[in-house]
Amino acid sequence: MTAADTLDVSPYIKPEADGTHGMDVAVEGITCGACIMQIEHAVKSLPGVTEARVNYTNRRLHVAWSDALDEPGRIFETLQANGYRGHPFVPLRAEQEEAAEARKLTRCLGVAGFAAMNVMLLSVSVWSGNVTDITPETRDFFHWASALIALPAAAYAGRPFFESAWAALRARQLNMNVPISLGVILALGMSVVETANHAREAYFDSALMLLFFLLVGRAADHAMRRKTRATAGNLAALRADTAHRFDGDELVRVLAASLKVGDRILVKPGERVPADGEVINGVSEIDESLITGETARRSIKSGARVFAGSLNFSGTLTLRVTAAGGSALIDEIEKLLEKAASAKSRTRRLADRAARVYAPIVHTTAALTLAGWLTAGASAHDAIITAIAVLIITCPCALALAIPAVQVVASGAMFRRGIILNAGDAIERLAEADTIVFDKTGTLTLPEPRVVNAAEIDPALLQAAARLAQSSRHPLALALAKEGSNATPFDQVAEEPGQGVRAVVDGVEMRLGSAGFCNASPGVGGESVSHIYFRHGNRTAVFSIAQSLRPDAVETVQALRDLGFDLHILSGDRKDAVAPVAEALGIPQWLGGVNPAEKIAFIEALKAQGRRVLMVGDGLNDAPSLAAAHVSLSPISAADVTQAQADAVFLGERLKPVVGAVIIARKARRLMIENLWLAAIYNLIAVPVAIAGLVTPLIAALAMSGSSMLVTLNALRANIKDENAEASATSAHPREGGGPAPGSALARGRAEGAAALDARSEA
Amino acid sequence: MNVIIYLLPLALGLGLIGLFGFLWALKSGQYSDMEGAAYRVLSDDDVESKETGP
Repeated sequence: MTAADTLDVSPYIKPEADGTHGMDVAVEGITCGACIMQIEHAVKSLPGVTEARVNYTNRRLHVAWSDALDEPGRIFETLQANGYRGHPFVPLRAEQEEAAEARKLTRCLGVAGFAAMNVMLLSVSVWSGNVTDITPETRDFFHWASALIALPAAAYAGRPFFESAWAALRARQLNMNVPISLGVILALGMSVVETANHAREAYFDSALMLLFFLLVGRAADHAMRRKTRATAGNLAALRADTAHRFDGDELVRVLAASLKVGDRILVKPGERVPADGEVINGVSEIDESLITGETARRSIKSGARVFAGSLNFSGTLTLRVTAAGGSALIDEIEKLLEKAASAKSRTRRLADRAARVYAPIVHTTAALTLAGWLTAGASAHDAIITAIAVLIITCPCALALAIPAVQVVASGAMFRRGIILNAGDAIERLAEADTIVFDKTGTLTLPEPRVVNAAEIDPALLQAAARLAQSSRHPLALALAKEGSNATPFDQVAEEPGQGVRAVVDGVEMRLGSAGFCNASPGVGGESVSHIYFRHGNRTAVFSIAQSLRPDAVETVQALRDLGFDLHILSGDRKDAVAPVAEALGIPQWLGGVNPAEKIAFIEALKAQGRRVLMVGDGLNDAPSLAAAHVSLSPISAADVTQAQADAVFLGERLKPVVGAVIIARKARRLMIENLWLAAIYNLIAVPVAIAGLVTPLIAALAMSGSSMLVTLNALRANIKDENAEASATSAHPREGGGPAPGSALARGRAEGAAALDARSEA
Repeated sequence: MNVIIYLLPLALGLGLIGLFGFLWALKSGQYSDMEGAAYRVLSDDDVESKETGP
């Protein structure tokens, strides 16, 4: 391997505690348990490697090595030799923070579980003793033992709730954690006082059980979010663009993220521009559809400004990098993004809305109970005990589980269909959407151009051309190569720069390239159609290559219409490029040649009409409108900035996940509301009993755990079966449509990511 | 009554052992790869053999 081909991974290496070097690698292609051993064996057999451990859940490998390993790049070569592709990465800050939070929650859960079980052991003894022959001394002893376990355990395990409640109170707000904390603290406080008074009953077990159930809900919610976050992190690593950087005269391959302003980089034909920059040498045409939505190519020469994500078409370019770390935002987009983000009305989450209704009612009820019993002539002690019992029994265990439980199940269901949620409340907002605005290029159409006239060409000729196309990096050849089913390129293919490729097969020459090179008559077509020519002996073929619709776009759009959505297309592309797409999909409401500001204005106008807009887009020009919309989706091929704005990202070539996302979200919202009603009904039954002063700790324990179970079981119904989901996920696998197409790393990363998810859902 | 004096601490002690075991397992990363652990248990990698891996 030459120096230019070996990736410089130094920014990803961090020193380990024992003096070795460590690195995290996202690995593509781990599909079964045997892969774990194969990878670990292979990497460990490298000289100097001290540790290699695969995390199967996250599809990651952690490697540590001593100075005996001279070249860390060998780790990637080893993976490659075993049939895996590795990409170095540094976990995102958010991911690390979430992992720390999850560990904290799990520790709290462990403590709460331990304490709840042991206190329940003592409580059951007391309950059974109370109806038989327990002595008051033994009961007091059991209660004090319970207090000894419960107080420290609750102080430890309750922190996630206490901290959040305290933060909310200081901001003069109410969230669900305020009544929870109040209920737990009052239950414990009252129990201590009652124990000191040698009472027959104490509520230590209720307080701990409550904490335990709530922590189970939170931990599950977190585990789901971590799983999607890890997958998103892997996909980002797989997508990470590399750049050829000049170090002096030598060309080194580095990750685009490590580029600095002023670096000189080389961009070959067929590659994406890895960073914003200025052309200092070379002439070419670039496809900026990921930036502007425009499908016609732009000719550039020295002095031109190019943006990260543009596809270099014809010539080799030398660029001077103008934005460190890969890409910066175009000023205009950045301004619009800021404006859109500040204008966005924060929709209040269902859970917070419920908490705001719920907390005052409960607290008033408790106060009225106290006043009521006092006026009825009860002693202050009894009245207070009854009022506190009301607060304990209404402590919103079921209410606090009602929404997270549904979220866990629904985001799991979406995950299996290739939809990765970025925002926690995206499910609720998705369910509310009634209007969908699509971008065209890369959203309704495939991100990479395809051969559109394959059906008109002799299959044998098509296969031969596709096989020859594998030897070229030209974007048109890449599109053609995807049509082939034979994975092996021809031997001895010669490339004529700027002309095409040729090879002699069975004594007959084959040529693929420009019309002149193949001596073929030029093809006809609009501005957005490109042609590539093929000659085999005396037979010729003209392949038309253009943006084509996603394979299931028509059905998906129909399905969305059937669901009652109002559909629009807003494209930055020319009107005559948008019109045929809109017509094919039957969407009469479309606009072409729209700039980012106009897109936002359009969405704002829809919002002003009371519409809730779901925006689906992928280009950099869509980023502000994604931020402005009520909820947003983007395909995994979208620009990084755009993906960061989207509430959810969908994988694969199909548009179908959009329908899946909406259906699951609507069902989930229905279940959330159902759960809130279940919790309300539980309270309607339990509160009168508590007001009447009839609640015992045994009743409290049964009622609270019963309602929590009910809500959780109801949430499981969000896991709806969809027989088409499996089909849509597998079709993203690159091997289905023919041999492993030598598509761009981007396309491959995307497809394999979907395949990896697919494999996981089967596991 | 007297039996409680040692049975109760014993029960609590057993529970505490379980709790510390759980916290230790959590800290040493045994819960970081639940799916992988399910496959690793089937591998006979740790059985002594003269062959080195593939």
